[in-house]
Amino acid sequence: MLLKGNRFFSTSDLVGFAILAVLIFVILPVGLDTFRLNLFGKYLTYAFVAIGLVLCWGAGGILSLGQGVFFGLGGYCMAMFLKLEASSPEATKIQSTPGIPDFMDWNQLTELPLWWEPFHSLTFSLFAVIVIPVVFAFIIGVAMFRRRVGGVYFAIITQAIAAILTILIIGQQGYTGGVNGITDLRTLKGWDIRTDDAKVLLYFVNGALLFVCLFIAQLIRKSKLGRILIAMRDQEDRVRFSGYDVANFKIFVFCAGAAFSAVGGAMFTLQVGFMSPSFVGIVPSIEMVIFCAVGGRLSIIGAVYGALLVNLAKTTFSELFPELWLLGLGAVFIAVVLAFPNGLAGLYKDHVEPRLLALFKKKMGDDGSAEDFDAIKTAAE
Amino acid sequence: MNARPDFLLSVENLTVSFDGFKAVDGLSFYVEPNECRVIIGPNGAGKTTVLDLICGRTKATEGKVEFKNQELLKMREDQIVHAGVGRKFQTPTVYEDLTVFENLEISYPKGHGVFGALMFRRDDPVKTRINEIAGEVFLDDLLHEKAAFLSHGQKQWLEIGMLLIQDPELLMLDEPVAGMSVAERKQTAELLNRIIQDRSGIVIEHDMKFVEDIATRVTVLHQGKVLSEGSMAHVQADPKVIEVYLGH
Repeated sequence: MLLKGNRFFSTSDLVGFAILAVLIFVILPVGLDTFRLNLFGKYLTYAFVAIGLVLCWGAGGILSLGQGVFFGLGGYCMAMFLKLEASSPEATKIQSTPGIPDFMDWNQLTELPLWWEPFHSLTFSLFAVIVIPVVFAFIIGVAMFRRRVGGVYFAIITQAIAAILTILIIGQQGYTGGVNGITDLRTLKGWDIRTDDAKVLLYFVNGALLFVCLFIAQLIRKSKLGRILIAMRDQEDRVRFSGYDVANFKIFVFCAGAAFSAVGGAMFTLQVGFMSPSFVGIVPSIEMVIFCAVGGRLSIIGAVYGALLVNLAKTTFSELFPELWLLGLGAVFIAVVLAFPNGLAGLYKDHVEPRLLALFKKKMGDDGSAEDFDAIKTAAE
Repeated sequence: MNARPDFLLSVENLTVSFDGFKAVDGLSFYVEPNECRVIIGPNGAGKTTVLDLICGRTKATEGKVEFKNQELLKMREDQIVHAGVGRKFQTPTVYEDLTVFENLEISYPKGHGVFGALMFRRDDPVKTRINEIAGEVFLDDLLHEKAAFLSHGQKQWLEIGMLLIQDPELLMLDEPVAGMSVAERKQTAELLNRIIQDRSGIVIEHDMKFVEDIATRVTVLHQGKVLSEGSMAHVQADPKVIEVYLGH
């Protein structure tokens, strides 16, 4: 058989990855016009966050209601670079201080703040996209997990951090663009990101990065560390008294989730062309948890579908019934938690996969070779 | 008082107070190498709290706990485990979503750091050791079952196996036969007698028959203090013990 399982990928994992790859790299690009494709690219940036949440929440039992913080930090790092490139002295010569971003000029700043300077460099900015959110997650992680803050308390604190960061960004308008965010981004090293060609290319870059993250997440889940996360979620004390410093593992997985979110945030900025505090705060952070819950918090592939479907529904329904959308989203969340706690992935595993296997069995039986079926069955178990 | 070096574990003047209530009050006892100490006592005597204090789960108010001349009270739980103290909880505590094999693998004393765990490989020594331990705790046929599907007694055995694979010098078991059938109790007593051969143990138990089977010495706790200590026969004959615990 073409797809053969190994230590890191069971056959059903490989099938899942392959189907998703076909969807993202073939079906969507062929079937959609550039505008819609760009929209799907935007949805997929949330899938990065959802994958991180599968690791933190689904596997490790750490519910973070502040993933928007890392998504936002990654997005802002990217946006700062693009904004500086868009604010060349020629492009901004009508300002009272040419050469600085427009919102700074409106806020009577007369020179670029020192901490903006390094963002002239693309290398630094790409580095910062990952490192700044991860360092921030590390600090939160050390402060919380070393003191054994967990569960609901941790969720509330992450939520508070999301609120604080939003307020900070809005309040410091001259340095951050305030409530409007950093807008009017144009080029990346001279390459215009607003053209159709650029949007298609960015979509594929986004898809490729998503697969890199999925791959890393899969390696983590299938390593002993992945099993320790599950053990920690179920019996934290037992893990501690088996000789593990539990806090380190929580810090690691929280940082990994932050890194994934940050990549998503940066790709969001590139594809949508701006970044604003409305993607950082409490509401987007909770929406991200819902993407993960709907897709299935135990499945990284499920999380990608969750992000796609909920966002698709959001776009469709919020156009039709703008006032009802949030209520609808809340209802979906409650329905998922009550009726199918493992989300779409759980439904697939319980209802679709057994039927597929039965189908295979029948086919294999006709061919007289049951070997592959056994391999699939073991993998599925 | 200085701890005598020939003891594996010396507990001296150990006290913990919860909002003024002294659950353990000036407790001292010593465990020799290869000794199986059983702690008995009425409910609320502080038996489980003593184990919690030794393994770092509860912080002591005062006192000393020395294990191989290391002060345990200053160490973190995982450091205490690496020093050679293993702890089994009162209710069987296993990872239900993982298989028996994976449960034992997590306790295997290798790859306990974050990157060690990422790089951990299931090589032959690991597999051999897990099979060996699984055989010892009667679970070799169930290696690839999820722990959730084990019976209560089997979960107790699995947790004992998880301790064994760490190869601790001091095993602390909190009611290892609670909820077991008579046949399982007998099997467990044999198991404990076997595994205690080349290490020491502290066991909390209520079942007197079982205590008789495994104990080298018995400590009777009452209201956080030692009421009596000595051989099983000595303790059973002690009028104070009969008064508060064993009954007439």
